[in-house]
Amino acid sequence: MAALRRPRGRQRLILLVLAALSPLAGIACGDNGGDGPAEVPTNASGIDYTRLRGKVRVDGSSTVYPISEAVAEEFSKVARGVKVNVAFSGTGGGFEKFCRGDIQVSAASRPIKASEKQACEENSITDIVELQVAIDALTVVVSPQNTWATCMTTDELNFAFRSGGAKKWSDIRPEWPDASIKVYYPGPDSGTFDYFREAILTGVDRESTHRTDGTPSEDDNVLALGIENDRHAIGYFGFAYFEEAGKHLKAVEVDGGHGCVEPAFDNALRGAYVPLSRPLFIYTRESLLRERPELLGFTQFYLDNIEALVKEVGYINMPGELLQQQHDRLKPFLPQ
Amino acid sequence: MAVRPGGSDFSLRATGSVARRQALSRASRYVLLGASLVGVVALITLLWDTAAAGASRVSWDFVTSYPSRRAADAGLRSSIIGSTWVMATTILLAIPIAVGTALWIEEFAPKGRFLTIVQLNLANLAGVPSIIYGILGLAVFVRYFQLGPSILAGSLTLALMIIPMTVIASTEAIRQVPPSIRDGSLALGATHWQTVWHHVLPGAMPGIMTGTILAISRAAGETAALIMIGAFTFIAYDNTSLMEDFTTVPIQIYNWTIRPQEAFRENAAAAILLLIAAVFSLNLIAVIVRERFRRY
Repeated sequence: MAALRRPRGRQRLILLVLAALSPLAGIACGDNGGDGPAEVPTNASGIDYTRLRGKVRVDGSSTVYPISEAVAEEFSKVARGVKVNVAFSGTGGGFEKFCRGDIQVSAASRPIKASEKQACEENSITDIVELQVAIDALTVVVSPQNTWATCMTTDELNFAFRSGGAKKWSDIRPEWPDASIKVYYPGPDSGTFDYFREAILTGVDRESTHRTDGTPSEDDNVLALGIENDRHAIGYFGFAYFEEAGKHLKAVEVDGGHGCVEPAFDNALRGAYVPLSRPLFIYTRESLLRERPELLGFTQFYLDNIEALVKEVGYINMPGELLQQQHDRLKPFLPQ
Repeated sequence: MAVRPGGSDFSLRATGSVARRQALSRASRYVLLGASLVGVVALITLLWDTAAAGASRVSWDFVTSYPSRRAADAGLRSSIIGSTWVMATTILLAIPIAVGTALWIEEFAPKGRFLTIVQLNLANLAGVPSIIYGILGLAVFVRYFQLGPSILAGSLTLALMIIPMTVIASTEAIRQVPPSIRDGSLALGATHWQTVWHHVLPGAMPGIMTGTILAISRAAGETAALIMIGAFTFIAYDNTSLMEDFTTVPIQIYNWTIRPQEAFRENAAAAILLLIAAVFSLNLIAVIVRERFRRY
């Protein structure tokens, strides 16, 4: 409420209301785009984006949403005739709509389940195409002065982060220090928080909930700083941030049942860093790729621009080889 | 005899139960003033807070830009256009039905059990939470009639939502038209319909307009029902037909407030200011219409 003490606020407000009224009258019918269409010529894949017309509906995982949103935003600038809209109703919700034929692209933070495939088949949707678009991973970190926590099992992580869980490090393992544990975590609005809760809390013990007596922050820098300066702290954030700015912290290896695995790029890529890394996908259909050039255009644009956009929204890019495999899946549908 | 407390030398000093009643009377003025100030203070505080957060983001670019993953580039263009389409369609669908219903209830319906049932239903429907209309819209318009999360489906849903309120406001307005007008018209040989069309309806119009515009303001700010039918989407194009997917300004505001980055909250505040301005101007039109065309 600091705003209340600001001087001359009333005059500002009145001016603002008046100023706000004027544009609303004229906007509705205007068709003059403020930003001119970006000049993108026919690209390497042989698609002339400017000629495409039609609609593409994307739905599904909220984790993939930021990537799809970024792709749709850029795609809309070059393919002005294609009306793309991106929604999120969860991976399961996306497949439900996809199998009903309501949407053309379904985004998922896990591979499609057998039961979902069957639901699709019941509506004679059998030509599903899976394209991986990125990798999502989290890193658990402690202070560099922390000499004891080098590898933790998922059960131990669950105990450290659940409400009513460990109060002291020695509660986790008796040989660890008899000092209270300080927890740092991303704010509950973030996808990182959601993912951690799924993987380490409900994923390990359905009954467990995330503790709320720590220090939440939406800013990864705040988390990193807090953990660095506190010998007894533990926290987590997106792997991409760790790679870029968190290297001075100590990353904890995670034992998901198959021994300790270091949160390294390679481990995330080969699927060994479980449960804290997962592939992200989009799904579509062969018949749609054949019949609807605008969908093919969107999907091709997705893969062509994935590297820059995935980095921007904070996920991990697939290695070139894996990305090439995705391109190869689309190739048969491209104009020769 | 009125005793004026604290008046001239002649005033008698009240004692006992009289003094208590007078104290209560004096206190009531301030208690009631306090009660009326709660709403005003709350509104001003909210406006002030929002203006402080979002005023710097309000600009022409903000109005004409599409939404974006970057807060500084994001704007309201597609949601303003979506809102405009939805509101226009909702008005076209809801108003004729609502006014027709109100005229039938007041001017034509035989008093009886059926009329009671209709009126009871309308009164109850006016109190149904909007999310229920959203669920209905999803099941009936989006799924059953296969309209998808389109402007038409959204407008039909909102129309259903505002019809009961509009009917109730319109029946009140029609009831205000003096019976002598009807009697005079009928006595001069006009038919029942001519009386309604040429005399009752014009007389009731200011009241109907006021009720209608208030209902439209409610629909303009509606979020829950539209999210339910699937209008929570990223859209970076201009709507050109009723069958297209859409988003609206309140949904765009919601979208921005749930993002972690602070800069999107500023966008949300700026959008709230514009939405308040729009709703405020609608209400202003309602007042002007009522004052200008008032007859009875």
